Amino acid sequence: MGEEVKLFQTWSSPFSLRIAMALKLKGIPYDSVPEDLSNKSSLLLEYNPVYKKIPVLLHNNKPISESLVILEYVDEMWKQNPLLPQDPYERANARFWAKFNDDSLMPSMWTVLRSKSEPREAALVEVMKNLMVIEGELGGKKFFGGEKVGFLDIVMGWLAYLIDAFEEIFPGLNLIDPERFPLLSTWMKEFYNMPTIKELWPAQDMLVSSFKAHHRIEQKTE
Amino acid sequence: MGKEEVMLLDFWPSMFGMRCRLALTLKGVEYEYREEDLRNKSPLLLQMNPIHKKIPVLVHKGRPVCESLIILHYIDECWPDTYPLLPSDPYERSQSRFWADFVDKKFYETGRKVWSTKGEEQENAKRAFVENIKLLEVQLGDKPFFGGERIGFLDVAVVPFSTWFYTYETLGNFSIQGECPKFMAWVKRCLEIESVSKTLVDPDKVYAFVLQMKKNLGLE
Repeated sequence: MGEEVKLFQTWSSPFSLRIAMALKLKGIPYDSVPEDLSNKSSLLLEYNPVYKKIPVLLHNNKPISESLVILEYVDEMWKQNPLLPQDPYERANARFWAKFNDDSLMPSMWTVLRSKSEPREAALVEVMKNLMVIEGELGGKKFFGGEKVGFLDIVMGWLAYLIDAFEEIFPGLNLIDPERFPLLSTWMKEFYNMPTIKELWPAQDMLVSSFKAHHRIEQKTE
Repeated sequence: MGKEEVMLLDFWPSMFGMRCRLALTLKGVEYEYREEDLRNKSPLLLQMNPIHKKIPVLVHKGRPVCESLIILHYIDECWPDTYPLLPSDPYERSQSRFWADFVDKKFYETGRKVWSTKGEEQENAKRAFVENIKLLEVQLGDKPFFGGERIGFLDVAVVPFSTWFYTYETLGNFSIQGECPKFMAWVKRCLEIESVSKTLVDPDKVYAFVLQMKKNLGLE
């Protein structure tokens, strides 16, 4: 057809994975352009000069950066299987929690993973607090989007595949205990096993070994 | 729609709050403005924004909307027939969102460092600040406003920061006019619009407020 969609991504980034999920859910074919973040392509630097990061979506030769901005673009460009709800208040709510995920929950999680033993305890308290809030937001719904997967499910999707990897890397680190987070635990399983999404998950063993390799120095000095 | 249906919890010098005031004004939406004392936050604010406990919060029919850019989207979607803020083309919308998000990520922190730090840290902040403005100047291009012939989403997101420029210039000892005349010409054009000049606060008052804040924080 002429509509060229390219996604500059990495194999493991939760941010570029969101875009892949959105495109898949809407049935949009795209070319995946894998990036090596230690050796960024000149195209990536040209398309995202401000942040030099993935994901970047290229559509009709026009680049869009920042995953939440890209998600809104995808939702507006291709109207099938809408990701954001219709109602303005519900939309504001989804956007609010997406921002909370990106600005609060995820950073608190990275802090836990990067901390040595003692500061990790304090960082963990913050993560638990953030997860509790998310558990509350999920409430009795099957998905954050209601009956169907929506914007917020995609944004929070990283929980479904990264938590297991983290718990394997740090034995004893019980991040999402099903007793403490029954709703989130159920959602994680549901979302993980969704047929359209399932083939996109990075392999857990690769995630674990890549993380360990990347943080080898920190692991040794512990 | 009755005035009592729309309430804005705000703090007068907040650039983020000003965005919401401007958007509501452009849309001709009547609202009740409630000033918050950030050192003594009201029970209402804590109830309406329990997660972040921050202003601005738009309360519409009793339900809160938080985070200024999210509030701008909400206002645009609730009152779509008057003065659309976002452009209609999806790509243009994505660019408005990207640059508004850029302002959120870069302007506030850099600006804060310009007025609150000294020496090398301050010099770096000033440099970064000017660089950020120049990036926006490129986005503006030859258009009178980011929104084209009239102000739009990105203009609304950016212009409130101009009320803090006098503070940055004075405490940072540099001239934003000198470094970024094109940007300042855009600010001037915005201020010629009644809704903007009516909404934006007095830069002198912001300066006095920041001086007091510096004293309170022991940052002389």
